[in-house]
Amino acid sequence: MLMTAPTERTIPGTPVFDGQAARKGLALNAMCYSFNKAANRASFLTNEEAYMDRFALNDQQREAVRQRDVLGMIAAGGNVYYLAKLAGILGLNVQDLGALQTGVPVEEFKAGLLAHGITERSAAS
Amino acid sequence: MSEIVGGIFTSHVPGIGAAIAKGLQNDPYWKPFFDGFAPVHAFLKRTKPDVAVVFYNDHGLNFFLDKMPTFAIGAAADYRHEDEGWGIGGFKPFEGHPALSWHIIEQVVGDEFDPVTCQSMLVDHGVCVPFELCWPDADVWPVKLVPICLNTVQHPLPSPKRCLEFGRSIGRALESWGGDERIVVLGTGGLSHQLDGERAGHINVDYDKFCLRNIVPDPEALTQHDTLDIVELAGSQGVEILNWLAARGALRGSLRELAHNYHVPISNTAAATLLVENSAVVHA
Repeated sequence: MLMTAPTERTIPGTPVFDGQAARKGLALNAMCYSFNKAANRASFLTNEEAYMDRFALNDQQREAVRQRDVLGMIAAGGNVYYLAKLAGILGLNVQDLGALQTGVPVEEFKAGLLAHGITERSAAS
Repeated sequence: MSEIVGGIFTSHVPGIGAAIAKGLQNDPYWKPFFDGFAPVHAFLKRTKPDVAVVFYNDHGLNFFLDKMPTFAIGAAADYRHEDEGWGIGGFKPFEGHPALSWHIIEQVVGDEFDPVTCQSMLVDHGVCVPFELCWPDADVWPVKLVPICLNTVQHPLPSPKRCLEFGRSIGRALESWGGDERIVVLGTGGLSHQLDGERAGHINVDYDKFCLRNIVPDPEALTQHDTLDIVELAGSQGVEILNWLAARGALRGSLRELAHNYHVPISNTAAATLLVENSAVVHA
């Protein structure tokens, strides 16, 4: 049972990776951390289920990984800096991750970023 | 007597490293960002620093969540980058400055901070990308490195006020260092961006401009928000502004902004570069 008090504040659409998430997600994040090594990335691709066994992922984490469900991985305690290493194996960049989480096509997600488009520059004479 | 020549603040998005590797500096998407470094290159050519003290956050290369320091100070003779999981690499190794590192550690612990000290430490894109941006043509880095790592990953994060004070303590150490090195301070990361959640893609131009406007003349203005306020304003990874705030604290002389460049978007990020010259305060 998780006894850590949840972060009291809610920021809409914004996971706060706090102690509760860190405890919940330790196995999933440890698996993703292992992907810093190319040999481990290859092992995962060879047999995802066996690799998840090795890190003792819980059912919620396994199902989220199987479904490539990014929000599900975050709900299961995944931290995005670690999940990004898994995303890399799956050939997804951070725009793809953004599109998956916001439920829009990736071109629409990129257009949303470009909608802020601004360049401001100054230099002392 | 050491000299603190100034501060360079910049985003450190991994995609920048990939763009450099592919030679995309003049690509229309990237050019507005890379062009912002011309004043930085001129400044570094003019001031020729010997040491870079770099405030950044690790993204899961050196530190995993099993042992997560709030503040960590590198004290190694050398540092290197390794694969972060998506194959970006080829970053040159770094020479450390252990004597200066330990002088900083003595100062900050004397000032009642409690950092982790690292005689062995990998540095990730938070250090490597800014080095590539600052010294694009170097065969060997022309500066020694002292890496200062802040936790911007796992809440609770150090408060903005604490980060600023930590930086000020390091600034005192740089000023009291007996060597004759010329030191440049780097703060890396930000500005607004969010990679996770239904709000992924969040960018806040107004908050970024507030930071750019105030961080030099009035860094306390950035401490009016707590870390969760900053997450709300700048996005869950925009909280990397804490690295900038600590680096700003290390600049304790007379400051002059020489240049800034703000460009949205680079990858999912509002990218910014800020160049500040530091001169010793003249006492009457």
